[in-house]
Formats: sequence, structure tokens, C-alpha cells
Amino acid sequence: MTDTSTPPPRLYAAREPIFPRRVSGWFRRFKWWIMVLTLGVYYITPWIRWDRGPELPNQAVLIDMANRRFYFFFIEIWPHEFYFVAGLLIMAGLGLFLFTAALGRVWCGYTCPQTVWTDLFILVERWIEGDRNARVRLWNAPWTAKKVRLRATKFTVWLLIALCTGGAWVFYFADAPTLLRDIFTFQAPLVAYASIAVLTATTFTFGGFMREQVCIYMCPWPRIQAAMMDEQTVTVAYRDWRGEPRGKHRKAEEAADLGDCIDCNACVNVCPMGIDIRDGQQLACITCALCIDACDDVMARIDKPRGLIDYITLEDGESERAGGPHTPVWRRILRPRIILYTVLWSAVGLALVAALVMRSDLAFSIEPVRNPINVVLSDGSIRNAYELRLRNMTGYDRDFRISVTAPYPLELALENEDGLTVSVPADETLRQRIYLTSAPDSPASDIPALDLSLTVEDAGSGTRVSEGTIFNGRQQ
Amino acid sequence: MASEREVDQATNTETTGHEWDGIRELDTPMPRWWLWTLYATIVWAVIYTILMPAWPMISSATPGLLGYSSRGALAEDVAMADAVNAPLNTELMNTDLASIADDPDMLRYATSGGRAIFLAHCSQCHGAGAAGVIGGYPNLLDDDWLWGGTIEDISQTITHGIRFEDDEDTRFSQMPAFGEMLTEEEIDGLVQYVLSLSGAEHDAEMAAESAEAFQDNCSACHGEDGTGMTELGAPNLTDSIWLYGGDPEAIHTTISQARYGIMPSFSWGDRLSPADIRKVAIYVHSLGGGQ
Repeated sequence: MTDTSTPPPRLYAAREPIFPRRVSGWFRRFKWWIMVLTLGVYYITPWIRWDRGPELPNQAVLIDMANRRFYFFFIEIWPHEFYFVAGLLIMAGLGLFLFTAALGRVWCGYTCPQTVWTDLFILVERWIEGDRNARVRLWNAPWTAKKVRLRATKFTVWLLIALCTGGAWVFYFADAPTLLRDIFTFQAPLVAYASIAVLTATTFTFGGFMREQVCIYMCPWPRIQAAMMDEQTVTVAYRDWRGEPRGKHRKAEEAADLGDCIDCNACVNVCPMGIDIRDGQQLACITCALCIDACDDVMARIDKPRGLIDYITLEDGESERAGGPHTPVWRRILRPRIILYTVLWSAVGLALVAALVMRSDLAFSIEPVRNPINVVLSDGSIRNAYELRLRNMTGYDRDFRISVTAPYPLELALENEDGLTVSVPADETLRQRIYLTSAPDSPASDIPALDLSLTVEDAGSGTRVSEGTIFNGRQQ
Repeated sequence: MASEREVDQATNTETTGHEWDGIRELDTPMPRWWLWTLYATIVWAVIYTILMPAWPMISSATPGLLGYSSRGALAEDVAMADAVNAPLNTELMNTDLASIADDPDMLRYATSGGRAIFLAHCSQCHGAGAAGVIGGYPNLLDDDWLWGGTIEDISQTITHGIRFEDDEDTRFSQMPAFGEMLTEEEIDGLVQYVLSLSGAEHDAEMAAESAEAFQDNCSACHGEDGTGMTELGAPNLTDSIWLYGGDPEAIHTTISQARYGIMPSFSWGDRLSPADIRKVAIYVHSLGGGQ
């Protein structure tokens, strides 16, 4: 019989407050630069101007939902070219696989927006409330005027950052200077204010309060990464064979029996995820490498070699524990998996570049009118109608000449146009109804479905595009 | 199935007392948040039935304090669309129909509006693709027009209809039923003559004999050469298009019994506004047959 007084195990883990200590070192400096770069790109990009002529927006990066266009410097993507976006997403996915296979959760540790903004929010927190010890004291202190003042200041600065973050987002979807003016004069569309509000709220709560909870409980990537990493993946690890048994090294004779780890908890105190890397690889570790900096600093002070906590592979760990050699770096990189990901990633990239270079700045599609499939005219000839969509993907007006190539003579005519040339305004799609007519005695009139091709040619530059369609003569 | 509630040893939770093949179910209480959500939805439901039409009464439902009705919402939407289109419709009424092609924006507005109106009011007879039906409903895509194919002509036809007696301005003509006036042989001869006009297979001898009968009986409306007369809606008999079929039997029936289709007037009874009639006329004109 089980003891009935034993309560069931609790499935809920209460959150431990985390107060990351300031740290300095190579990785910390590198992360500052990454932060400056990523935040800089995010905030500045919408303000870069790019001259595309008078008809088109002059914003370098613009997602124009209303007109269904995506502008990226010299590239302009139309809705029918959405495969570029799909390709970029595939590249992003493969890139994530590639980096995870080679360098573990380097995305999580350095460039994930959650990491970058949390880092920024912790920086602000440290400026206002002091470093770890001061923050722990403040956390435990009763609500005095000073605590209220510090908290209010911190929340205000956080809110400002969050507001700028949400605010910057909307500039990607409209002309930035105009929208900024409209926002302050309360003339911007409601969706702009709503987007800013939602993103301000999420940035504020995710960066200020939820932090590591987002990574541990909300994000799917920590679960996926377990499948993406292997024994040769570089990751942050503790050299327990060198560090253990850990101890305070109080006396010289005692130190002789102990490992290099002096159990100073520096690695735990700097960790933004609140974990102890000495417990081994774990789901919560985002491999931000701050514990490496913290430990290296301590090792330097007690005159031991750096790297008690370091970037190593599991395989190297095993080998080092047995006194064996390290795998050379090139062996870690030149392995089938990494090569496969790189090849796939480059192949998609090259295909996209090729598609970009070879695409035409004019395109058209043909929609044969099927109701009815043909019309008999008074002289007995047979006419088919087609709806053409002509896309002028440039910033200036162009004249397109339409022609037909068929095995038997077909007379081409344009609705509402005298000739065979139609003018399409800059950056627009024109719907044009056209007619093909075959004489009563022409063989085309007796063929139920005759293959033919229509050609659209830019009257100025001579650029040509052809599409196939059919002509429906008398049905048998 | 035993029915004895007991406390499960592993979890300290009471069981439901039911047992299926040795399996017993824990009677875990519902989570609090779940219960509160249920209570909240009940409160919400009560408030909703007060604010919105809900409780069925004898003739209608309770109106609700907010006064909402889906009919009212539709009327609002329609009124809003009308208000948006009002200036465009005024502009359309002031545009010369013959030169509408010079104004691409107005042309696009009129044809897209006209298409919607066509599908609602015209497609029942003329078909969604405007190809008509052999047997009386003209094909609007071809280049043959009984009453004229300019935008003005089409607009006139839609406005007042054809042989629609409730509209004083309707266009009217009636073909006599020759079965009462001519002998069967004479009609057979006329069928061969009419077939010869459009170059169809025919009996040349009979056709030649009936040439005079055609001039006597038919040319007043269809013209001496049989090319018809749009003022009277008399069809051109020399072309390949036959509203009621072009085989000898169909032509025989047409001559002996007479044919005259009726189209309703769309200005009568305010079925369509003048601007809407213009839109349909412009749309029909743009389908390939317009003159």
C-alpha cells in the first residue's frame, strides 16, 4: 500500500527571480556589437531613402500592403512573385539548421530579438537600480519612496524603448516621414496605432517581465534544437573533469585535492536564464557565453588557464576527459551534414538570384473567356475573347504591342483600342480584353482547340514575353 | 460496474465510483478558471439577449436595446455605398456616352458596376456570359443588333424595353403570322429564298420562284435585299446569325407563326436608376459586339 499522506508531485515550477550580474569579456563585447548592429538595422532601415522615380515610393525597404508591392532597395516584388518571399523563408529555415548544426543555439544567444531586447532591458535596469546585489536588496526592500522612484524610472525607460520598438515596426509598411507626422497629428490609420500598441505591450512584457520564461516555455526552438544538434556541434559546456571536485581553495593543501572550480558562482550570477551551466547541457541554456566571460575572469585572477567553461563539442569533451586530442576545427566544419545544409542553402540562394536577374520587367497572363467559348459573327467567322492582365513593373509609362503567333491566320483586335498597342501606366496592371477572329473558311474555324501563343513586346525597349493559350473553333 | 466512491492512493483524489474493466476514473474537480469562464459566458449570454434581438415572440423576436437588425445593417451598407457612388454617378450622367472610351477611369467604373447589374438583372435571359439563348434571347457578344448596337441604342433598349406595353416609349414592331395569309407551298418557297440570302444550302429553283413573294410580303421590314432594318427591329436575313435557329424547319415556323420577343423596360417601376442603365449599356457595349 502506498502511503496516503504523500502529496502528489507538483507539476508547477514557481519562477525564481533572476538578477544577472554585470560581466565583461570578449563575448560580452561581441554581444554589445551585435546588439548595436541588430537594433541599428531595425530602427534605421525604414528611414533609408532610395530614388525610384516620381511614380514610386522612395523608401528603400517598404512593404506596401495597399498596393501589394514589396520594395527592397533595387528590387521590387509583385504579388505574383511571392515565391521570392517563400525562397527567403526557406533560406532562413535552412540557415537556422546550418548554424544550429555547426554552432548550436547561436541564434538564441546572440541575435534572437527576445535575447537582444532582454539584454537591452537588463542594461537599463542596471543603470537605474544598480548591479546584482543592489537589485536583490531592492527586490527584498519594503516599498519606500526610493523604491517607487527607481521602479517608476525603470518602467518609464522600458516603456519608451518598447514604444520606439513598436513604433519602428509600422514604418516598414508606409512612408516613414509621412507616417511619423501623421502619428503625432493623430491622422495615422487606426491599424498603425493598434500595431504600435500591441508591439509596445509585447516588447514591454517580454523584455521586462517574461524574459527567460519566453525562451523556456513559449518558444518552440529549444525543443527543435535537440534534434538539430549532435556530438560535433559547438556548444557552451563546463569542463567538469578539470573543475571537479569543486571547492573554495581556502588552504593550499586543500586546494591540491580540488579541481579548478572554486565554486564562486560567478557563472550562475551572470546567467540571464538563471541556470547553472555546471549541471551540463540543458534546455534553458541559450548559449549566450556570458558564463565563459565570467569564469575566464575568475581563472585569470587565481592564475589558472582560461576555458573552465568554454565553447566545446560533446565529442571533444569525451576525448579530453580520456586525455585524447581535440578534433581539428576544419573537421568539425567539413562534415556531411554541414556541407549538405550549406549546399542546399546556397542552391536556394543562387536560384533566387538567378530568378531575380532573369525576370522580366513586363509580365502578362491570359484568361480565355469561357462563357461562351466562342461567338459566331454575322459573316460566319468565329471569334474568341481573352482577358489579358498586363503588368508594367517599371517606374515609367510604357506602350505594349500585342501580337499573335498561330499556325493559321487569326485576326487580333483590342477592345476599345484602334491599333494593337496599349499604354500601361507606371507600376500598374492593366486589364485588356482582346479578340481573335478566324475567317469562316479558315482551318482554324474547324479546330476545336488550336494552340497558339500571344506575345507582348515593349514598343520602346523591345523586351518580349510570350504565353501560350488556345483558340476554340467550332466544336465537333 | 461497482458504485463505490473511494480515495485513490497514488493521487489522494476521490474516484467517481464507476469501474470499467478494472479501470476507475478520478473525480478531479474542474479547474477554477474553467468554472469562472463558464459563469462569465452565462452572464454574457443574459446581457446579450437583452441588448440584441433574441427571444422569439408571436410575430417577431424581442428587438433588443441596441436596436440592431441584419436588414437594417444591410440597408446602412447599401446607403453608404450609394453615398460613395453618388458623385461618380452624377459624373457618369454628365458624360457623353459616345466619348466614354476617352475617360478610362469612368469606363472602368461603369463596366465593373454594369457587370454586377447585368448579372443581377439581365443574365436570367441573356446568360451570365451574355451569349443569349437560341430561341429568342439575343447573343449580346456578336456584331448583329436587332435594334442597333451603339451605346445610345443599347441604353435606349434597356431604358424602355422592347414591345413592353407598360412603357409608352417602348420600341414596337410585330411580324405578321404568314401561316394565315400564305399557302404552305408559298411558305416553303420563302424558306428556300431566305436560306439563299445567307448563302445556306437551298433549292435554287424554289428560291428563284419565291423572289417576288419575298418582295411582296417581307421586304417592307426586312428590306429588298433582306438586310433588315434596325428602326423596326427587323433582323438581317443575309448573315449567319439566327435568333430562332437557321434550319429550314425553324425558318418555316418563324414565317408561319411569326416571332417577336419581349424585353422589359428597366426604367419602368424604377427598376434601375438612369446611371445604372448607363452602366449596363456601357458594359454590354464593351463585350465585343458594340458598334
